[in-house]
Amino acid sequence: MATQVHPDHEFDVQDLMINMGPQHPSTHGVFRMVLVVDGEIVRDVVPYIGYMHRGGEKLAETMDYRQGIGWMDRTEYLAQFNAELSYVMAVEALAELQVPDRAQWIRMILCELNRILSHFMFTGAFGTDVGVFGTAFTYSFREREVIQDLFEEITGDRMMYAYFRPGGLAWEVPDNFVPRVREVLKSVRQGIKDMNGLLTDNEVFRARTVGVGAISAADATDWGCTGPVLRSTGVPLDLRRTEPYLKYDEIDFDVITGTTGDVFERFTCRIGEMWESIRIVEQCLERLEPGPIMPDRMPRMLRTPPGEIYMRTEAPRGEYGIYLVSKGGNRPHRLKIRSSCFANLQALRDMTIGSYVADAVVILGSLDIVLGEVDR
Amino acid sequence: MNNELFGKDINVWIDAFIRVNIITIMMTVVVMGLIYLERKAIARFQMRLGPTRTGPMGLLQSVADALKLVAKEDVRPRNADPWIFELAPYFVFVPVFLMFVAIPFAVSWEVRVLDLGLFYVLAVSSVNIVGWVMAGWGSDNRYAMLGALRAAAQSISYELPLVLSMIAIAMVANSLNLSEIVAGQGRIPNIILQPLPFVIFYIAMLAELNRTPFDIPVGESEMVGGPYVEYSGIRWSFFFLAEYASLFILALLASAVFLGGWAWPLGEDWGRWWQFILTGVKAGAMIFSVFWVRSTLPRLRIDQLMTFSWKVLLPLSFIQIMVNGAILVYEPEKEVGQTLLGVTSVFGVFFLAWIINRSVTRPRPRPVVAARGEAVP
Repeated sequence: MATQVHPDHEFDVQDLMINMGPQHPSTHGVFRMVLVVDGEIVRDVVPYIGYMHRGGEKLAETMDYRQGIGWMDRTEYLAQFNAELSYVMAVEALAELQVPDRAQWIRMILCELNRILSHFMFTGAFGTDVGVFGTAFTYSFREREVIQDLFEEITGDRMMYAYFRPGGLAWEVPDNFVPRVREVLKSVRQGIKDMNGLLTDNEVFRARTVGVGAISAADATDWGCTGPVLRSTGVPLDLRRTEPYLKYDEIDFDVITGTTGDVFERFTCRIGEMWESIRIVEQCLERLEPGPIMPDRMPRMLRTPPGEIYMRTEAPRGEYGIYLVSKGGNRPHRLKIRSSCFANLQALRDMTIGSYVADAVVILGSLDIVLGEVDR
Repeated sequence: MNNELFGKDINVWIDAFIRVNIITIMMTVVVMGLIYLERKAIARFQMRLGPTRTGPMGLLQSVADALKLVAKEDVRPRNADPWIFELAPYFVFVPVFLMFVAIPFAVSWEVRVLDLGLFYVLAVSSVNIVGWVMAGWGSDNRYAMLGALRAAAQSISYELPLVLSMIAIAMVANSLNLSEIVAGQGRIPNIILQPLPFVIFYIAMLAELNRTPFDIPVGESEMVGGPYVEYSGIRWSFFFLAEYASLFILALLASAVFLGGWAWPLGEDWGRWWQFILTGVKAGAMIFSVFWVRSTLPRLRIDQLMTFSWKVLLPLSFIQIMVNGAILVYEPEKEVGQTLLGVTSVFGVFFLAWIINRSVTRPRPRPVVAARGEAVP
């Protein structure tokens, strides 16, 4: 459906270029996009990334496998456990390590809690993008804080956990782990209900999001979108289901999909995933049994045989993959991170062209990018 | 001794001087109080504490802010149009204070009794849009320009429902004099007779004030401050002062025109201070509800805002005026007429709620999905 970009009248119409970012409140970090607008309609979007490039992939090649874990935290700083998991599993697969059951269950619990944490961060920031004056943000951060407190008790850090190790976990979880997780889940349930009341069922919120920034399943697949962005278009691609890792094949959960792929469905997909994560964590808690958290015989210095591997897991924002080449020794020869946000962000231009200026902000917010992961 | 100045008795000038000073001082104090209260109220809604450090319970926060703003450097961008840029804050600020002239606080407590008070207030209130557009144009900033154009479009659109809802009230009250409108509500306040104009007025008021869900010109998360993005220091604080002053005045206007001002439910027998407090409490309730809305609702988009004004609010206000006219002409009996007015208007409110509900919940067509690189209307 082609439209006429320039109307047929005698005045010479000039499009206006608006530079948004890298210093802009709704670019979620240091992202910059140049909007070409005709009045209020966006005619073109040129995204610029790279302001946060730290050369992380190259840096990780100078670190041994244990040090590299900490670097993964710094790429995806809202879903650290998920990022660590990909890396650690890649190393395990290369070194052919067998992870004990207990470590796998704890990893699942922490990853799913981290998914909830990350989605809460999204709902809060997205509420601000849509125009709620901070209320969604504080409500989300209350729940995020509850989860973060738990993580702090376990790992000793609030953001850069570095808790997973090739082979298992760094140390045993605290004694009151199970009751604490149940406490957190109770708080989180109420938090999701609050979010639904504040945003999902809000007339103005729906008016702003339904039908905005839609993308077809074919286009989303072509751009390499993954995670909620892809699932909201109706493609049930969830690596936890399609390529089960850890113990996800023993767990009962639903893959949340949408139909239209608009901003509202991206939002509701994430809300649905939070409920599913709660279900998963509850089942994991049932199955959690005492036992070792590391394999019996771990070498003092972990070395991998030569080889290469691509290991991907389902992070909150989509497929977070690690491509790792080893030439023997204790550090990767080459490391490449397949970033979900990077791929999702590529679809921004398709989604935004033809929408309003205010929608551009909402669409960018709905992609839920983490610049640390986009630029690495 | 010649007691005349510019052809008027000198006492008239002294009187005017005192009244103007009382207003200016009172407004400044009220605005500072409002800023403090808004910060505290919104902090409560957001589970925060708000200002606590400056003075007891942070009471001096506004004073500290004001001092900081006065002390700040007044920056003007190099490419800005000097005259337009520097004059714009006053064009926003002065009309707001002029609106104050006709507002009644208690029996014969107003700056001037104007026979066309309602008309005057509405006329003056729409002048400040000139200042917004000047600010947007003079700043030489694209965000400011877009914001100013949005402000102009929004203000023009919502001026109409605002005025029309007031006309409906003027018909019922049979007067344009604000003091008479208030005095006429001794028994029944206008909100009971005319709830639909009240709802329309409230929505249009939010839009006039550029407050959530209509803070589109300012749009902190997209337009980063809109027309006043380039302003700093004292000039910026003039915009801020005008914003809160107009909030206060429109709340006072609502309390006078719809909620019975000083007259309901106490009547004229009580002391003027009681009436003054009563007016203040009603205005305070209006202001609090505006804060509440601000901390709850997201922002609408510009096209939705315009559609809502032109396709919903404007026709509804016209219908209300026609219904009022018909009732007042054919049913002049007091009791029957008033009952009819109230019933039809309540019906109108439900109709409005139904329209809003329908527009949100009706099944929508599948959104048009863009093929790659192609524009969608």
